[in-house]
Amino acid sequence: MLKKTLDISSSPHIYKGRSTDDIMKNVVWALLPVVFFASYSFGLNALLVIFTATLACVLTEHLLCKLSKKETTVNDYSAVITGLLLGLTLPPSFPLWMAFVGGVIGIALGKYIFGGLGYNVFNPALVARAVLQAAFPVAITTWHPAFLPDRFTNISRSIFTWPFMQPQFDAISGATPLSAFKFDGITASTAELAFGQISGSTGETCAVIIALGGLYLIARNMMSWRIPVAVLLSAFVLSGALYLMDSALYPSPFFMLFSGGLMLGAVFMATDMVSSPITPVGLWIYGGIIGILTIVIRIWSGLPEGVMYSILLANAISPHIDTLVKHRVYGTTKKIKAT
Amino acid sequence: MGFLNFHKDTFKHGIHPPESKDETNALPIRQFPFAPVIILPMAQHIGAPSEIIVREGQQVHRGELLAKAGGYVSVPMHAPVSGIIRKIGNVPTISGKMSPGIFLEAFPSSTQEVLEGKPIDPNTATPEEILQGIQDAGIVGLGGAAFPTHVKLKIPEGKKCETLILNGIECEPYLTTDHRVMLEQEKDIFKGIHYLLKATGAQNAIIGIEANKQDAADHLAKHLPKELPLSIKVLPVKYPQGAEKMLITSLLQKEVPSKSFPIEVGVVVVNVATAAEIGRLLPHGRGIQERVITITGPGVKKKGNYLIPVGTPLRFVLEHVGVEEEISEVYMGGPMMGVAVSNLDISIVKGTSGILVFTRKDVNQSSKIYPCIKCGACVDACPILLNPSKLGILAKFEAYDEMASDYHLMDCFECGSCTYVCPSHIPLVQYFRLAKRVVRKREAEKKVESHA
Ligand code: SF4
Ligand code: SF4
Repeated sequence: MLKKTLDISSSPHIYKGRSTDDIMKNVVWALLPVVFFASYSFGLNALLVIFTATLACVLTEHLLCKLSKKETTVNDYSAVITGLLLGLTLPPSFPLWMAFVGGVIGIALGKYIFGGLGYNVFNPALVARAVLQAAFPVAITTWHPAFLPDRFTNISRSIFTWPFMQPQFDAISGATPLSAFKFDGITASTAELAFGQISGSTGETCAVIIALGGLYLIARNMMSWRIPVAVLLSAFVLSGALYLMDSALYPSPFFMLFSGGLMLGAVFMATDMVSSPITPVGLWIYGGIIGILTIVIRIWSGLPEGVMYSILLANAISPHIDTLVKHRVYGTTKKIKAT
Repeated sequence: MGFLNFHKDTFKHGIHPPESKDETNALPIRQFPFAPVIILPMAQHIGAPSEIIVREGQQVHRGELLAKAGGYVSVPMHAPVSGIIRKIGNVPTISGKMSPGIFLEAFPSSTQEVLEGKPIDPNTATPEEILQGIQDAGIVGLGGAAFPTHVKLKIPEGKKCETLILNGIECEPYLTTDHRVMLEQEKDIFKGIHYLLKATGAQNAIIGIEANKQDAADHLAKHLPKELPLSIKVLPVKYPQGAEKMLITSLLQKEVPSKSFPIEVGVVVVNVATAAEIGRLLPHGRGIQERVITITGPGVKKKGNYLIPVGTPLRFVLEHVGVEEEISEVYMGGPMMGVAVSNLDISIVKGTSGILVFTRKDVNQSSKIYPCIKCGACVDACPILLNPSKLGILAKFEAYDEMASDYHLMDCFECGSCTYVCPSHIPLVQYFRLAKRVVRKREAEKKVESHA
């Protein structure tokens, strides 16, 4: 006999079956090789920094949800991404308590006060990183070299600095390729950069692994390919043009592409869906702005690295980029604003 | 004009849901038995309900007129079975509203021979006579919209129909009704096209078929009558290509202007099953009594394509084909645009193209709603090139007027592509349906005010 009650729902009755937490989970998968390589090249230090930042993000997200009596949003994985990304932008011997503070700030200030996932204007990891940069300018620019022989047994003293104490950095600290270029005029070889044989932030080193993670997400249709392509292309073209004009003064475009956080920024940070435009044309403009600004800051400003500020600035104007984009609706001839 | 840079052979955007047609597309159409009582709602097409002309206790013959058209935008209703009128009263419909209707008890021993009427000859009849014949036969769009076909075919003053498009796309997953009709009723389709060309004055006709029905395209091509100016075009599979506007763009690389009908670009679109019905009924002056329906979905035991009398109660249909214990939802139509049924006491109507039964585990229950993450998937899916993300955000703030005036809400035809792709499971179409209703109501009120 047929049952009497039926459920009803609104059409459509089938779905693509890919949910927001699937996308976030896959971003985490794509980031894991980067984390492994960071731990491999910088040893225990990097692992501890990344772990602490991630833990701070997840705990903060959970607590804030509890405090506002909402169901926890930890299982959408977005806090994990913020934590991993933040950890990957910090120097390997960064004091852990500072990394923790960064994680709390990223979630609370970068995301929560805007209304949580989907409403944040900026990439939360970069908000955290910017605040840390301002608060701890020395610690965040003290690098140490990759592939130290004792990296799996020795933990830097600076890591365990007590909160609000002056960190004690080990004697061996290295300059990043970008600051070496900026302040001493030395450029590292592209191969060294591409495979992470240099000092830098934990995750800013192996461009190849980062690019592979990006390709994975693009192949699964979980990331806009337009953003990394636009960022890298515009950075390459601008630095290439400068290099052609005066190769003694300006570094090669390959050096620019593979050094610092450009690859990590282009692939994993600029592509944060929430803080980037929604229209295809908007994505190109947005990526182009990031690429060009990065090169401009690297070459003409007092800072060695400009990816972070470029992305934050582009985040801020991304809704306006979409507003500028006009498009035509089917069956009409006039272009209207897209958003 | 911005109409120039088209990709050939297709419309922009759209989606590729799993087709799920394999289980029924090879099954020939089978006759369904008569239910003991047929329940015919009078409001089963767009427009005015039909007006009942029989009385309780009257005996009727199969094919006899039971109700006449309730106006120009309306069609008559014929007896799907020989029997006796048991009751005239309100009957439930899928919208939840009651409609006047007829309860017709079938004679078990009747031969069920169909009554003949005045035949219409396509060679001698005038366009007006053909349109009248189509209305008299009670024909409405069988693709699902159930809009009276004679109204659609009436070419407005000053317009000209150049191309007649036969819609054999059937882009809804699961449905194989039109597929089977094209394979089995080619003669009726061609005869119908003959009438349709005459009625519209179109110079040529194209049958549009998606590539997953290549066998149907080959079959029609093999039997193509030489005297008809008719061609067959196979298009790549993409939802919602069966929507009139999308199909016109795919076939002719033209866009139908916003808020207008296909005739604006010299086109009339008719579903292939509707054409087959015209070709079958008009030569005998008969009325429509039954239609082909795909009954499928994971919850159905005897899946298939059935010829079912109009007015057959849904409960009888499901009991006959057998359903699983755990059925959860039943849809009339396809899974993308079909309507969920709340009540098994409703009947099959002329616009029912499919019955889909999902069990508990097929219904997407775990779909937790997340905030919009601005992934842009909906923007890439919308065939009308709207921004569903933005519309969805405005809908949340109930900014319905802004949705309509600045973001073309009223051009949305509720195809569901945006909701299908949204990873945050935001019920965008549901929002838009509601918003459109509110905007329409407000516009109507404004009109009343300005007249007062
Ligand atoms: S339902 Fe409307 S907004 Fe959504 S894809 Fe279809 S036409 Fe576009
Ligand atoms: S598909 Fe959903 S989550 Fe993505 S932009 Fe559209 S509404 Fe937002």
